[in-house]
Amino acid sequence: MAAAKISMKRRVQLTLRDVKRSIPLYVMIAPFMLLFAVFVVYPVLKAVWFSFTDYNVLEAANFIFLENYRKLFLDDSTFITAIKNTFIIAVIVGPGGYIMSFLLAWMINELPHKVGSVLTVIFYAPSMAGSAIISIFTMIFSNDSNGFLNAFLMNMGIIKEPVLWLSDADVVMVVVILASLWTSLGVGFLSFVAGIKGVDEAQYEAGAIDGIRNRWQELWYVTLPNMKPQLLFGAVMTITGSLSVGSIGDSLVGFPSPNYATHTIVNHLNDYGSIRMEMGYASAIAVILFLIMIVCNMLIQKLLRKVGT
Amino acid sequence: METLKRLYYQHIAKKKANDFTPFVKKSQRSFWGNVILGLFLLLMGVMFFFPVVFMVSNSIKPMNEMFIFPPRIIVSNPTLDNYRDFINVLANTVVPVTKSLFNSAFVVVVGSVGHIVIASLCAYPLAKYRFPGSAFFNQLIVYSLMFNATVTMIPNFLTIAGLGMLDTQWAIIIPGFASTLGLYLMKNFMEQIPDSLMEAAQIDGAGYVRIHFTIVMPVTKPALVTAFILVFQSFWTNTGDKFIYTEAKKGFAYVVGQLASGRISGVGSSYAGISAASAVIMFLVPLLVFLFMQNNVVSTMATSGMKE
Repeated sequence: MAAAKISMKRRVQLTLRDVKRSIPLYVMIAPFMLLFAVFVVYPVLKAVWFSFTDYNVLEAANFIFLENYRKLFLDDSTFITAIKNTFIIAVIVGPGGYIMSFLLAWMINELPHKVGSVLTVIFYAPSMAGSAIISIFTMIFSNDSNGFLNAFLMNMGIIKEPVLWLSDADVVMVVVILASLWTSLGVGFLSFVAGIKGVDEAQYEAGAIDGIRNRWQELWYVTLPNMKPQLLFGAVMTITGSLSVGSIGDSLVGFPSPNYATHTIVNHLNDYGSIRMEMGYASAIAVILFLIMIVCNMLIQKLLRKVGT
Repeated sequence: METLKRLYYQHIAKKKANDFTPFVKKSQRSFWGNVILGLFLLLMGVMFFFPVVFMVSNSIKPMNEMFIFPPRIIVSNPTLDNYRDFINVLANTVVPVTKSLFNSAFVVVVGSVGHIVIASLCAYPLAKYRFPGSAFFNQLIVYSLMFNATVTMIPNFLTIAGLGMLDTQWAIIIPGFASTLGLYLMKNFMEQIPDSLMEAAQIDGAGYVRIHFTIVMPVTKPALVTAFILVFQSFWTNTGDKFIYTEAKKGFAYVVGQLASGRISGVGSSYAGISAASAVIMFLVPLLVFLFMQNNVVSTMATSGMKE
């Protein structure tokens, strides 16, 4: 114990020595970190501060401490609906999109390089087309018998009456989930594709010598452990993406959605942040969403540590 | 046994060095496995490409087919009229379209290249070295990705105004440099670089910055390219209408956005066709960049000495 006590002073000395040694490294990270502090960290801290106030952009902010949070959880039933919907979407779109991204990236890697490149572009295309693709979804899921999907299903004789895909409170959720999955092959998918290509061929050869019989074993014992950084990156992207679903529902079924059937946390946030301009309240929602994501991230990091064991 | 393995690897390494066709011995691939794989990928490919094909097919529909319900994918009389109209309308805007294209090109090129240089310089130390504060910075970056941008917009607007960047392109470019997504992507790939690669360079007397430009960046090209595509896309689609007010300073995305929503006069009822054409053009630019970049990084990782 004595050693530990003395080491306090020593530790400061050591840290100072490390800092001095690392000066070139600090210089390298300085330009980005400076911009990062000004344009990311500062606004976030400011927003966290707003969440304890009644700031509404026009008037000076009054400190009201936890009042926004109390209102959110006790007085705002729409927010509770939003949390529920967000989780329903995230539980399906998150793991679904993540596993799909990985499996497709892995399968692409099994193909000859040229074919693989073409497929990569094809899978990524809906994400790249951005908002333009949403208007296509609207045509596909259009409510009346003139919608693409309705016409198709009716011609096939599967349904008799057109389904109100975009306004029936019972089915809009399905549409939003489908549309989200459709655009879920995004950044995570790209990083998987690049990451799998980066796995050392010698590792596969070693694996084959060590008695790996089929591609599934190879996937679990060689490929996955060798691309943990990408798996981690993909997980963070999936968490932030699937818990922030909102704009798709917005543009497909309109805002607010019928009977709040697809109302998510982000929809709620945008309602208060960009329509009602109640920045304090909106900031409190952002802080809660932020905390949810951090918890999810911790859980998933734990899960990912078990990969390949 | 160990010696045998080493000899085997040396043999493969030699073979690889002499051979242009890489010698790969993976574990068994069953024939039916390949067939199922191919069919599955084909099916998924069709499903994912469907909305994009739909988008393109809309843009080559003549007016009378545009309004057939239910919409059809196959166009009976394909035409480029929509694109012609699109170009005609652009030719008659108050601010010449070349001006807004130039504005966009400036923002996209300066922004994307600047971001890659600044962010990769930061990603490398964070990925490969431990120094006081590094763990904290790493956590900060992950968590910053999780905060919703709607509520940070007002503080950001005030900062940008305070720095005197309002109504200039810098209001889009400089905050874009600080995008954490690209940095985080690059950092994760850099973690995979074997330490031995950098140690060798350090023994030769190379400093961190030189190692970064001569070893780290070439070796992580696939990640840099992916990051480049991402920032390119976000700069390209950024209308910047919150920060830029002078028409002559606005970018292409803004003009196209106005067009597509029918807000530019003199378009009339043909705006549905123009809108479909503009969606394809806005999509085509990042797609071409993506294809071009992808072709230029053909298995760089395997050939650039990333492998031990």
